[in-house]
Amino acid sequence: MINNIFKKNKYITVSKEPIKKDVNVENKPSIPGGMWVKCEKCGQIIYNEDLDKNFKVCPYCGYHFRMNARERVEFIIDEDTFIEFDENMQSVNPLDFEGYEGKIQNLMDKTGLKEAVVTGRGKIHGSDTVICVMDSFFMMGSMGSVVGEKIARAVEKAIEYKLPVIIFTTSGGARMQEGMFSLMQMAKTSAAIGKLGEAGLLYITVLTDPTTGGVTASFASLGDIILSEPGVLVGFAGRRVIEQTIKQKLPEDFQSAEFLIEHGFIDKIVHRRELKSTIKNILVIHRTADRR
Amino acid sequence: MAVGEFKAKKSAWDRLTLVRMIERPTALDYINRIFDSFIEFHGDRYYRDDAAIVGGIALLDGIPVTVIAHQKGRNINENIKRNFGMPEPDGYRKALRLMKQAEKFHRPVILLVDTKGAHCDMEAEERGQGEAIARNLLEMSKLKTPSVSIVIGEGGSGGALALAVSDQVWMLENAIYSVLSPEGFAGILWKDGSRAKEAANIMRITAKELKDFGIIDKVIKEPYGGAHKNVDKLAGDIKKNLISTVIKLSSMTIDELVENRYNKFRNMGKYIE
Repeated sequence: MINNIFKKNKYITVSKEPIKKDVNVENKPSIPGGMWVKCEKCGQIIYNEDLDKNFKVCPYCGYHFRMNARERVEFIIDEDTFIEFDENMQSVNPLDFEGYEGKIQNLMDKTGLKEAVVTGRGKIHGSDTVICVMDSFFMMGSMGSVVGEKIARAVEKAIEYKLPVIIFTTSGGARMQEGMFSLMQMAKTSAAIGKLGEAGLLYITVLTDPTTGGVTASFASLGDIILSEPGVLVGFAGRRVIEQTIKQKLPEDFQSAEFLIEHGFIDKIVHRRELKSTIKNILVIHRTADRR
Repeated sequence: MAVGEFKAKKSAWDRLTLVRMIERPTALDYINRIFDSFIEFHGDRYYRDDAAIVGGIALLDGIPVTVIAHQKGRNINENIKRNFGMPEPDGYRKALRLMKQAEKFHRPVILLVDTKGAHCDMEAEERGQGEAIARNLLEMSKLKTPSVSIVIGEGGSGGALALAVSDQVWMLENAIYSVLSPEGFAGILWKDGSRAKEAANIMRITAKELKDFGIIDKVIKEPYGGAHKNVDKLAGDIKKNLISTVIKLSSMTIDELVENRYNKFRNMGKYIE
């Protein structure tokens, strides 16, 4: 046995991970201005320009990178047609929660946004719509008073202008720091969607990664038509919370868009490449119905 | 905190401890005292009957009403049946079915809220917990009949709100109503669920604070020492309040009622622009 210690190994260990893995540790996808990014799913290194040309979808495995709200608006709304609503609305600190103002200020500086949703009016292949786009880079897209208020106002404007509403959802859920004011935004936004329905107007939700918690339990689940990008995480409770409750590991695809469509909660999963044209077709079909 | 031992001014955590006591009256304790001829109805007509929610029809001083409530158990066996008052989507769908039934027959809806939150497990996700809650919020906001919700113990998160988008939302003096359980809140913000006590005391979840915020409409005083000290008296007080409120709400036109309800929730939130 003692001989074995000094015995030369016959084999070298080959890692299953791509060797390139370590080359780009500094260029994580969240670092702006980087030339290269690594796909979070397949680990392939992608040239940034290629990624942008491919709608921020990994050309190797089809993983849909998260888009921020500005990128999303640019991607989905016809050039020079977007008119933003309430762009200066900002959060306050209703519970005097320690550090909340500072956190918001940091995020405003970092993202160039005032809050976790951008709302406005614009055209999609020529069709007028009201659009709300949430941003997961702003405090995980959590819904506080501003997110709820901007969405409710956007929906009310749609009723006034008789326009359809499209909401791109992405959220970790309610904004904890605003306590019960956050919870009430679920009631407020759902009630506004109810009014939109009474007015006979179309409401499309597009679920993007991730959509969870209070947003899933309010306007995200209320679309006349619910679309989703592939591979999106959608759920009410967090995976960790459920695993603690049931004391066992959950299957890998649990709470994915693919899981949800199988259980009947999503109308259609649409690749980002086809998203704009799919929405356009839905809008056109509804417009035709209006004229009859 | 021992039963009956009381500080002059109770913290949010003291109140939470109080409403989590096994002696705390549950929904059926109130229902049987407040209403006459309560008949319980079962099932959501889609999948099953969720015993975490009870609902049915009854008379409130001679006025026909629909009653819906989260029901907690008093011992292990009851709690297994009631799932600790934490509904699956089926419970919310049963509640909605009964609310729509109330709307059809022009009965006011009385809802008693008492849950840590909606249940979190695989089945809940598979059957659309998020959708079930969302649907209730939307439908309650435009329900064409009066509604009054009373938080009698714990009002936890979306699972509580799904029975509380009402014309009037009241809380018992010691009840708490929160965006998430203090355990969950501490877990999310500080990655440490054991700091629940600290969380409870900064979350502003007591009846008085929420009344001051305009998030609830009324606080109902509890007997000295808490609701369990004199359930009959408290149920009597709730009944008196309910009768006058239901009569008042019923005198309004449906349009007025729904518009007022919409505006009430519409105005909640704090921001600058």
